[in-house]
Amino acid sequence: MTRTLIKGNEAITEAALAAGCRFYAGYPITPQNEIPSSMARRMPQEGGVFIQAESEMAAINLCFGASVAGARAMTSTSSPGFSLMQEAVSYLAGCEIPCVLVNVMRGGPGLGNIQPSQADYFQAVKGGGHGDYHCLVLAPATVEEAYIFTQRAFDLADQYRNPVILLVDGLLGQLMEPVDLVPIRPPSIPPRDWKLDGAKGRQRRFIRSLLMVEGVLEKHNYDLAQKYHSMAGEALWESDPHDDAELLVVAYGTSSRAAKAAVREARLKGLRVEWFRPQTLWPFPSEPLREAARHAGRVLVVEMSLGQMVEDVRLAVEGSVPVEFFGRPGGAVPTPSEILAAIEKALGRKAFV
Amino acid sequence: MKLANPCPESLTEVQNSYCAGCGHGVAHRLVAEVLDEMGAREKTVGVAPVGCAVFAYDYWNFDVTEAPHGRTPCVAAGIKRVLPDRVVFSYQGDGDLASIGMGEIIHTANRGDNITVVFINNANYGMTGGQMAPTTPLGMKTATTPLGRTAGEGHPIRIPELLNALEAPVYLDRQSLHDPAHVRKAKNSIKKAFRLQVEGRGFTLVELLSTCPSNWGMTPAEATQWVGEQMVKTFPLGVVRDKS
Repeated sequence: MTRTLIKGNEAITEAALAAGCRFYAGYPITPQNEIPSSMARRMPQEGGVFIQAESEMAAINLCFGASVAGARAMTSTSSPGFSLMQEAVSYLAGCEIPCVLVNVMRGGPGLGNIQPSQADYFQAVKGGGHGDYHCLVLAPATVEEAYIFTQRAFDLADQYRNPVILLVDGLLGQLMEPVDLVPIRPPSIPPRDWKLDGAKGRQRRFIRSLLMVEGVLEKHNYDLAQKYHSMAGEALWESDPHDDAELLVVAYGTSSRAAKAAVREARLKGLRVEWFRPQTLWPFPSEPLREAARHAGRVLVVEMSLGQMVEDVRLAVEGSVPVEFFGRPGGAVPTPSEILAAIEKALGRKAFV
Repeated sequence: MKLANPCPESLTEVQNSYCAGCGHGVAHRLVAEVLDEMGAREKTVGVAPVGCAVFAYDYWNFDVTEAPHGRTPCVAAGIKRVLPDRVVFSYQGDGDLASIGMGEIIHTANRGDNITVVFINNANYGMTGGQMAPTTPLGMKTATTPLGRTAGEGHPIRIPELLNALEAPVYLDRQSLHDPAHVRKAKNSIKKAFRLQVEGRGFTLVELLSTCPSNWGMTPAEATQWVGEQMVKTFPLGVVRDKS
C-alpha cells in the first residue's frame, strides 16, 4: 500500500472528492487555505465546480443551492468565517439540506490569532445559529482520520438530510502525516427525492423553513427532534481502558494526542491513568464515557480552550465522579508535560520514580 | 364561459396573500406566462427571497426554494452551476437585493453567473411594515423616515446603473408595472432575459417598479399613478445594458 505524506487540509480535499463531492465554494482564511487552493486545482480535474466566493456567507449559500440541485457540496473556513456562516447553518438545518462544513479552528474570540484552538466547540455542538437544531460534529485527531471522517461526513449528511461539521484545528490542518489515500468505499449518493431539478413528470417541489400556519412549525421541530434523537447511534469514541485506572483523561482532536502522550508517560511512572477520546462531539458518546468515568472514579478533561467540552462531560457523568479541567486558550497547545502535571495534581500525589 | 386569459400553467390557483394593488401578483404572473410561452416550466427552478414574496413557492407551479435574506443569488448560482441546462432565477425585493444582499448581487453579476434576476422595487420594506429601503426616493415618508428620507439617510440606489459598471452582465433593464402598456413591456423584458439565459449568455437582471399601497398609505389607483408620475423620475425606465 502506498502511503502519501499529505497535509490535513489537503487530505480533507482528497477525501471530499473521493466521497463524490462535486461542488466547493470557499473564502480565504488562515489556517485552512490549503483546502480552497487544492480544491481550485483538483475539483475541475474531477469535473466539479470550484468557486472562490466573495464572503463566507456567499460560500455556504452557494453550497446551499448546489445541494438543493442535487450535488454533494462542501465549504470550509476557520473560526471567524464560521461565525459568518451560522445564518445559513440554521437554514440548512431548518430546510434539511445536506452539506459538509469544515471548521479549521483558530484562536479567538474576535480575529484572535491563527494558532490552533478548540474554542469553537460550543458553536459547533450547541448550535451557533438561531433555532432548535443540531449538526452532526466529527472530530478527527489525525490526518488519516480526517481523510476517513470527511468521507463519512458526506454519507451522514445525506442519510440524515442535515449539515455535518468536520471540526478540526489549525494544527491538524497544517500537519503532514502519511495517509493511504484509498476511498473507504466507492461514493454512493442516495437518490435525493426532494431535490429541485425541474418539475418534469412530477409534482412541483419546494424547500422552505418558513412555516407560518399555526402548529406546523412546532410539528416540524418535533420531527427534527425525532431525527436528532435517531442520530444517537452515530456516536463514536476511542479508549484505552485499564482495570487499575483511577483517573480518566478525556480529550478530542489535537489535544487528545498530547493527552495520550501524557497518559503513556504517566503509566510508565506507575500512575493509574487511562484515556478516552470522543470522535464525534454531537452526538456525544455520553454512555460509554459515563461508564468509563465511574470505573475510574475521577475525570480530567483537557482542551485547547477555557473549558467547553468539559460541560458535556459533566452532564454525561451526572455528578457521579469529580470532573477536573486543564486547558490552554487563545491558540496555545498544551504540552504532554503540562498535562502530566495536571494528571499528577488530579491524582493528588506525585509520581513515585 | 371561456377565460380569455386563463391561469398560466406555471401559476397555481392558490389565493395569494398580497394586498390589494400590490405589484407582486402581476410580476408573478408575468414570470409564469413567460415560462409557459418558453415551454420551460418543467425545467425551471426559482429562488424566493425573504420579504413579502417569500410565499412565492405557494403561487408558482414549478420547483422553488427559499434562501436566507439577500443570499438569494448565491443559492440561484449554486443551483445553476450544478444544473446548467435548467432555467434558474432569483426573485428579490429591494431590501433583499439592494440592502442586505448587495454584496451577493454584485459578485454574482460580476462572475456572470448565467441566471436571471427579477428585481421588485417598491421603494420600501413591505413585509415588515413599510420601513425605508435602499430604493426609497428622497422625501418619501416611511415607518423609519417619518419626516421623509433625507440624503443623510442615503440616496436611492439605482441597481441596473450600478451593475452597469461591471463587465460581465449581459442584460440590465428597468421596467414598470403601473399600467397595462408598461406591464406588456415588462413582460417582453423578462422574456428577453430568460431567453438570453437559455442561450447561455450570462447574467441578466430586470428591475420592475412596483406598488405597495398598504405601506404607502395610498389606494391602489393612487399607488400606480405615483409610480407612473413620481417614481419613474428617480428610476428612469429602459434598458441600461444590452450586450445581446
